[in-house]
Amino acid sequence: MASSGLELLWISLPQLAKGAGQTLSISFLSIAISTVGGVLYGVLRTLNVTWLNAILRIYLELFRAIPVLVWLYLLFFGLPIFFGLSLPSFWCAVLVLSLWGASEVGEVARGALHSLPRGQREAGLSIGLNAAQLYGYVLLPQALKRMTPPTINVYTRIIKTSSLAVLIGVVDVIKVGQQIIERTYESVLIYGALFLFFFFICYPLSAASRVLERRWTQA
Amino acid sequence: MTFDYAFILSTLPAFLKAVGVTLQVGLIAIATSLLVALLNATILVFRTPYLQKLVGFYVELARNTPLLIQLFFVYFALPAVGIQVSGFTAAIITMTFLGGAYLTEVLRAGVDAVPQAQLESGRSIGLSHGQLLRYVILPQAGILSLPSLFANFIFLLKETTVVSAVAVPEILYTTKSYIAIYYKTYEMLAVLTLICVLLFLSLSLLLSRLERRLQHGQFGS
Repeated sequence: MASSGLELLWISLPQLAKGAGQTLSISFLSIAISTVGGVLYGVLRTLNVTWLNAILRIYLELFRAIPVLVWLYLLFFGLPIFFGLSLPSFWCAVLVLSLWGASEVGEVARGALHSLPRGQREAGLSIGLNAAQLYGYVLLPQALKRMTPPTINVYTRIIKTSSLAVLIGVVDVIKVGQQIIERTYESVLIYGALFLFFFFICYPLSAASRVLERRWTQA
Repeated sequence: MTFDYAFILSTLPAFLKAVGVTLQVGLIAIATSLLVALLNATILVFRTPYLQKLVGFYVELARNTPLLIQLFFVYFALPAVGIQVSGFTAAIITMTFLGGAYLTEVLRAGVDAVPQAQLESGRSIGLSHGQLLRYVILPQAGILSLPSLFANFIFLLKETTVVSAVAVPEILYTTKSYIAIYYKTYEMLAVLTLICVLLFLSLSLLLSRLERRLQHGQFGS
């Protein structure tokens, strides 16, 4: 039984790898876009422009109040009706996870920028740096370091949340697993393998985040 | 595109019921998670050998895997070993598994924030473990971790939308069913959005107020 189970996993490996590729592509693209978007959000929020802050607050609160799965359905079913834009489920998942991830990374970035001593900003301004120079040379390099550990935690959440893509029809690693179960009825084995798949991606990231956090707060 | 108000009105009772189910799943899961977390936190505080390792393992496992996989495991894989549960029970079990781990972390952080001198003075006046926990650690750790506990409650309440995947008739599942039966996609998505905003936005605004209040109410600051 044990050997036949392992055998099944071995035979299914190419198929599972293809699904895992979809899952990881969604996660990776969303993480990349979230990071860029989140840093941009943090910078814009700390510029203290009233109308900009209001817009960004609304964006943040909408992504906080409405669960990611609901966003997935809203865009997947809503975009075709409201805008006549029919996005493949893969890209719909990337779009939602990126927008949500950017709001999460964005709050981390805002917090990091906010936590820098005021003197840094004032010193920069007093030697005549413009906004781009101030952020590029003074504030962002310091803030990026501070925001790294919590941002890695957001990454693990994006990876975990990417699993929801299966519910709008992405043929990801979960869907492939379900197809194998339909054929073989090995549900414990396959779901167990999926469990470990996500665990072995997310655990090293959370552990790294914790180590960095500890090391950098001591220094 | 016409907006069918009459249809929305006709679905209101069903959506009210769905909100009830969402709250029911969420609140039960919050309560059970809190129990699990209290037990775990006690084990961690008193450094109970072996059990402490087990709690650590559980927390890492639950926090580093998606809720959806945990849910599918309970709902689709456990029947293969003879444990058959309803969608509702599966939802509660899974959300307790996830929530218990998150709340354990929150309580542990709260306990860590209680100054070590508090524990030592408690011990020095001869308090037992139980008394130390009841009169010294929990009252302080509880207040310290209140905002983060509340944030996690809201997180769990939002996560209930995921259990729509095993046919628990909460708000998202209800929306999906109505879309599938009547094709009123436009109207149903609007209702769903409205419910989410009313329910979760109000809670998260409440949380911000709570955080501000507690910031001003700390000892010695």
